[in-house]
Amino acid sequence: MHFIWKRLLATIPSLFGVVILTFLLSHALPGDPAAYFAGPAANADSIAEVRQKLGLDRPLIVQFLHYVGDLARGELGNSLTTGQPVLKDLVDRLPASLELSAFALLFAIGVAIPMGVLAAIRLNGPADHACRAIVTVCAAFPTFFIGLLLVYVFYFLLGMAPEPLGRLNEILYTAPPRVTGAFTVDALIAGDMEVFRASLAQLVLPAISLGLFALAPIARITRAAMLESLSSDFVRTARSSGLPTSKVLFTYAFRNSLLPISSVMGMVFSFLLGSNVLIEQVFGWQGVGAYAVSAVLASDYAAVQGFVLMMAILYILLNLVVDVLATLIDPRVRFEG
Amino acid sequence: MSFTTLARNTGHAFGENPLTLVAVVILALLLVCALFGGWIAPYDPLTTDATAKLAPPSLDHWFGTDALGRDILSRVIVATRLDLGMAFSAVALSFGVGLALGSAAGYLGGWTDRIIGRLMDTIMAFPLFVLAMGIVAALGNNVANIIIATMIINLPFYCRFARAEVNVRRDLGYAEAARMGGNRTLTVLVVHIIPNILPPMMVQASLNMGWAILNAAGLSFIGLGVRPPTPEWGIMVSEGASFIVSGEWWAFVFPGAALVLAVFSFNLLGDGLRDLLDPRKRV
Repeated sequence: MHFIWKRLLATIPSLFGVVILTFLLSHALPGDPAAYFAGPAANADSIAEVRQKLGLDRPLIVQFLHYVGDLARGELGNSLTTGQPVLKDLVDRLPASLELSAFALLFAIGVAIPMGVLAAIRLNGPADHACRAIVTVCAAFPTFFIGLLLVYVFYFLLGMAPEPLGRLNEILYTAPPRVTGAFTVDALIAGDMEVFRASLAQLVLPAISLGLFALAPIARITRAAMLESLSSDFVRTARSSGLPTSKVLFTYAFRNSLLPISSVMGMVFSFLLGSNVLIEQVFGWQGVGAYAVSAVLASDYAAVQGFVLMMAILYILLNLVVDVLATLIDPRVRFEG
Repeated sequence: MSFTTLARNTGHAFGENPLTLVAVVILALLLVCALFGGWIAPYDPLTTDATAKLAPPSLDHWFGTDALGRDILSRVIVATRLDLGMAFSAVALSFGVGLALGSAAGYLGGWTDRIIGRLMDTIMAFPLFVLAMGIVAALGNNVANIIIATMIINLPFYCRFARAEVNVRRDLGYAEAARMGGNRTLTVLVVHIIPNILPPMMVQASLNMGWAILNAAGLSFIGLGVRPPTPEWGIMVSEGASFIVSGEWWAFVFPGAALVLAVFSFNLLGDGLRDLLDPRKRV
């Protein structure tokens, strides 16, 4: 528990840094931010009004304190494009993005870890070469390009995948009643298997495209970590004591490889949350990424700022969870921390 | 490392890993396209042709034409300069700034180190592509800001690397000797320490180029920075994407393949360079 508290405290400076940086970014806006936030149809009077309302005529530090105060109340401003509070927009769309990322992560882990383990066990064998080739290729393909290729092959050529236009074909199906906001989960809760299958079918291609890019670092580190633990003394001892191979591999070698694997997850989350934006664009997925892209293009800065902040906080929390899980996997971390 | 050993090691690295040689050849090709693209391209990349809209690849148009009848091969060739240019400028800038900040932090320690370290931690606290989007949104939607954004998200890697490398060398004999000889701090750092950390930093940079290309192309794919009709791989893929559902694959496949080829060869080159400089680090 002591470690978890310490780790929680350590996120405070990161959160603080993130808030300062997003605040400063909003002040780097070209031209007059008041004119910017007042929108394109503003005149001198409405700009002055906005300036006063936003407190832009006050010193920077006062503005910052107000900004922090607003954040604490969940007040992220209104979006120019949707006219809604940014927080509401983001909360509405976040489950879609999380659903996509979660499936992508499951796919990446499900493929990369067995692949890395196999490559390490059969070092320099065909599985190892295949692993190396897949990792090299996956690391070179832009996520959006993989997504488009998969659409071409599985939708246009083979006709196996549904049309890549969003989360559910709204003409054929109605969205399940909102509980979590993730269509697959909500459909299961509602017990509607048809909608579940339909939303899962929409999800498969985007999740795989997103997962393929995250696959490379996980497979690489799994292979390296397995090689390291397989050549260690404790594995040699376990082997020479006559333990069955499966026990040596999974209880001894693999369990010790989990720590380095968990340490690469931070990078993987960074990839996933970033590439999510690209994949949502490709598949017309109505998540926070697609929302942010249209906001950036429409110079809707409050919405972009809210998105960046939300993603950063999410990322910090995910890293926190991984670190806490690492202490459960490997007690040594608690003492080193 | 003398030139003969370098030559021998290079030969060894190529022999050991022929892919590195492939990477060098592809990169040379891309470099030629980047430098002389305008002369090599068979057509003008901006000239539209209403009679040849979305024509499939043929002898006239090897890569086909796009929705406005522009020759895709020419556009892919001409785009090389912008794509590699954006990535290269961003990597060069993060290399320079990261080296300066990292060396200062590693050599001076104390508050300098703490402040710079905290700054880098803050950048790393964001999902990097998301931060790049935020930076472009705030600074303005143009190519220069794409480069700045890519530079900023790459900065922590160089900075931390330089800090660690300078830190371990700060108290080594030769640095000590240089200080005792009465050199100024800056001289010790620039003349005696930094030249020693440049080779591993270069490996970092070439491994990083592929990632920088992906980032810059990703930003233009979502419509940031580069404006149509400028030929650029990311934006071309995004323009071609609308025609996938009707089966016109060439409009997105060729620019995408150019991207893959560029990223792939920089990654291979980086791996090759790493093997060359430090054979132990091979994974």
